[in-house]
Amino acid sequence: MTGENLPEQGSQPAAAGQERLAEPVARTGMFGTHTTGDTSGYGGLRVRRAAVPASPRPYGSYFDDLADQLAGGLKQPGAGFDDAIEKVVVDRGELTLHVRAEHLVTVAKVLRDEPSLAFQLCLGTSGVHYPWETGRELHAVYPLLSITHNRRVRLEVSVPDADPRIPSLTGVYPTCDWHERETWDFFGIIFDGHPALTRIEMPDDWKGHPQRKDYPLGGIPVEYRGAHVPPPDERRSYS
Amino acid sequence: MTETEGRVYNVAGQDWDEVVAAADQAGDRPGEERLVVNMGPQHPSTHGVLRLILTLDGETVTELRPVIGYLHTGIEKNMEFRTWTQGVTFCTRMDYLSPIFNETAFCLATERLLGIEAEVPPRANVLRVLMMELNRISSHMTAIGTFGMELGATTVFLYGMREREKVLDLFELISGLRMNHAYIRPGGVSQDLPPGALERLREFLGVMPGLLGELRALLDANLIFAGRTKNVAYLDLAGCLALGVTGPVLRATGLPWDLRKSQPCCGYETYEFAVPVTDTCDAYGRYRLRMDEMDESLKIIEQCVDRLAAKRPAHDPVMINDPKIGWPAQLAVGSDGLGNSPAHIAKIMGQSMEALIHHFKLVTEGFRVPPGQVYASVESPRGELGCHAVSDGGTQPYRVHFRDPSFTNLQAAAAMSEGGLIADVIAAIASIDPVMGGVDR
Repeated sequence: MTGENLPEQGSQPAAAGQERLAEPVARTGMFGTHTTGDTSGYGGLRVRRAAVPASPRPYGSYFDDLADQLAGGLKQPGAGFDDAIEKVVVDRGELTLHVRAEHLVTVAKVLRDEPSLAFQLCLGTSGVHYPWETGRELHAVYPLLSITHNRRVRLEVSVPDADPRIPSLTGVYPTCDWHERETWDFFGIIFDGHPALTRIEMPDDWKGHPQRKDYPLGGIPVEYRGAHVPPPDERRSYS
Repeated sequence: MTETEGRVYNVAGQDWDEVVAAADQAGDRPGEERLVVNMGPQHPSTHGVLRLILTLDGETVTELRPVIGYLHTGIEKNMEFRTWTQGVTFCTRMDYLSPIFNETAFCLATERLLGIEAEVPPRANVLRVLMMELNRISSHMTAIGTFGMELGATTVFLYGMREREKVLDLFELISGLRMNHAYIRPGGVSQDLPPGALERLREFLGVMPGLLGELRALLDANLIFAGRTKNVAYLDLAGCLALGVTGPVLRATGLPWDLRKSQPCCGYETYEFAVPVTDTCDAYGRYRLRMDEMDESLKIIEQCVDRLAAKRPAHDPVMINDPKIGWPAQLAVGSDGLGNSPAHIAKIMGQSMEALIHHFKLVTEGFRVPPGQVYASVESPRGELGCHAVSDGGTQPYRVHFRDPSFTNLQAAAAMSEGGLIADVIAAIASIDPVMGGVDR
């Protein structure tokens, strides 16, 4: 019997299992607590963080049209659709195009100027910090809106924490001016070509970028009827 | 990152002559007289703590730089340390004149992440629309009231605040609070209408058209008001799109872009209303547009009241029927004046140990939200209010970012004011109607 009960080498379920075990651990135990004992019996549980896979064609809705039209607009050699777009993700009825930083401005220009795309409005820049994604820790997310076609698309750019540089979109969408300043202020992403990349929400002499995950929330314990309530980031958390 | 271009002046005292001499040589036309005026952050006509640095040539504004950040409270960061349900309590405080819209945007994003958009009960959606439209009226009333006050018409301010108070009274009756309601929750709303609310809403619908007429009679053809607002703070469609401006400022250029029509949420597509537009691109057009929008809001509220009156609450829940997400929502006022659900308490304390454990876990731990990111948006009184929410699969948001329309629209202040007179700066800022709580978050 020994050996017969093992899965066949290279079989799909075994490969999927190997892939799953290679993913980073998101939390351990049932409740993610570290301060007190976990009496639930699930102390050894390891919950892994599933990677976001690229969506295969057809994407559904207007997303296929949009991708085709964008591919049609990206004609320059070395800046075609496959060069500029790393990954296409369709999730919960929303389309995300993961764009390589060096091609961001070109892609945005095509999305804005191509009449069949006509994304006139950029709804700002939002940063997200994923410390476990080595080499692509900082993400900038740009939601775009086309008034002509009543469509939405999201551009996402990821850069390494060691060299957090993204070309500025202010030349294509002037509205990104303050949004990029905010993202620099909170995440430390440097937008190359921005006319005046200065702090906008925090004081000019502030040290650090507060929305990053390695920046503490801060706070002091509060006394209430003799008991001390710790600050929010030191309380037991469940995730 | 830390190097600064050119020479740095600290203005630390004893160096005024040096600074003035340097300022004189700086800029496009060195040696010519310029006046740099600091306005705010504590100034009655800057709509809260907005600071403007104006460069003047006589009375003409040659440069305007808004400085923001005085009201930054780290709401987005704080929300990463609370459950999804608690997040509502934080985001309602951002744009304090449109709290219901903040809550709705956040809850729509949470619901899309959970994949329960279609399961929100119809009565909850009607209540959301009702509260949003009431909120639109109170917000526009403040906008027009402060607009009047900043131009020197205190009567308008008193009228606007008096009418806003009527909406706040309704909010207090329905949600228990005049501001910062935390009324909209992921999965529905926190509680149903209290007894007598429908009558009070009908009463409100009866008096409001007359009161709006009073404001119109005061302002529409007022020579001073027209003189201060017509052809002032001009921003056309191309300017709006480039600067990302949405809401009344965009619709005042003649483009009927309203998310309630184009990408409806909460069942807006089932209501009859029009999207008012004006095509003057100026401050006066924005005022007229806000008045017209309040008329349309009253129409929507009337339809909401009819729908709410049609069904009895016992057969029509206001919270999603999913015990893993929904908090008890059939509340009654206890002897301590707080809202509670006696039936739920009787069950968890008297009958079922498992229900008690479940309730405890739902309230302290919260519910887990599957990993992913979404962007949900609503048409707030000031434009597109978007919520970009990211979940890592835990019980707390991994990241929430609000695309606040005030923040984006305020960028247009320079485009509207430069080249105009200093007095028109006030009209320009007031016509954008920025709320600093939303700008700084």
